[in-house]
Amino acid sequence: MIVADRKPIEEIIEYIKDRDKVLIVGCNECVTVCEAGGKKEVGVLASALRMYFMNQGKEIKIDEVTLERQCDHEYLEEIRDSVDQYQAIVSLACGVGVQFMSEKYFKTQVYPGVNTCFMGVTEERGVWSERCQGCGQCILATTGGICPVSRCAKRLLNGPCGGSSKGMCEIGGEVPCAWQIIIDKLTALGRLDDYEKLAPLKDWSKERAGGPRKVVREDVRQ
Amino acid sequence: MRLRYPDTIRIVRLPCTGKVDVGYILRAFEKGADGVYVVGCMEGDCRYNRGNLRAKKRVAEARRILNIVGIGGERVQMFNLSSAEGPKFAQIALDMTEKIKAMGPNPVKLKKMKKAA
Repeated sequence: MIVADRKPIEEIIEYIKDRDKVLIVGCNECVTVCEAGGKKEVGVLASALRMYFMNQGKEIKIDEVTLERQCDHEYLEEIRDSVDQYQAIVSLACGVGVQFMSEKYFKTQVYPGVNTCFMGVTEERGVWSERCQGCGQCILATTGGICPVSRCAKRLLNGPCGGSSKGMCEIGGEVPCAWQIIIDKLTALGRLDDYEKLAPLKDWSKERAGGPRKVVREDVRQ
Repeated sequence: MRLRYPDTIRIVRLPCTGKVDVGYILRAFEKGADGVYVVGCMEGDCRYNRGNLRAKKRVAEARRILNIVGIGGERVQMFNLSSAEGPKFAQIALDMTEKIKAMGPNPVKLKKMKKAA
């Protein structure tokens, strides 16, 4: 899923302080799972903002709604009839949802309500960590299903650097060395010979370095 | 044991304090409550293992938010006691009422009342 983290309430207050009517829009997908932008978080943020502005003597109407997704037209369309009555929207979706909303409702200011962090997993409740950087050319088949692009600080493709110590990366913060995990996994699979094979040069143009990307599937396109 | 405690307190019954949500606490203040306290079982004695420990964290989060919005986080508190401690329950009700009275009314409620007047 796409992992996001909550923005400080103070930052959101600063965005909307001069508005009269604001809609806070949550998303039922990834940001609900990582407890940053689902229905509950929308309720908490809306309640906090209403109390803050009431306490400041400012009259700001703050409404709330949570959509199934904000990265698809059909769900964003659900608020089309009501969007014009708001001066601003605070979207608690990931950056994808914020942008799609902003593109679709071009005359409405859309503010981000979360900081979008990465594509990752729930290690345990309250702990999420990165697993994929969407490099566009997956090499997991040769690395035992462990990704050195997203999990090695240097994105090394042919074994660890000298900074790997006792299975941990030298950058600190208890980051495991991706290559240590890869070697452990290949050993468990009995495929350590794969480790000896040199990885070919990676085509980084398929990653973000090649500019904004797009997938077009003519077989399913309408 | 017909103990008395202040009649200003409204009890919201939940199956476990693990059901307490930050949103519930905030809504109470938004609707005009002057203070909220959560009474859970003793730590380590939760029937659902971690319900009261979850509530403890949520109460702390509600306090953080209430401090930001200017209501004051100290208006929320959590207590842990067993169901056999009736006198303690009544005493907590009394202490909490006194504490909130000393702090004065919820400022948001006052602003709402002023606006309505």
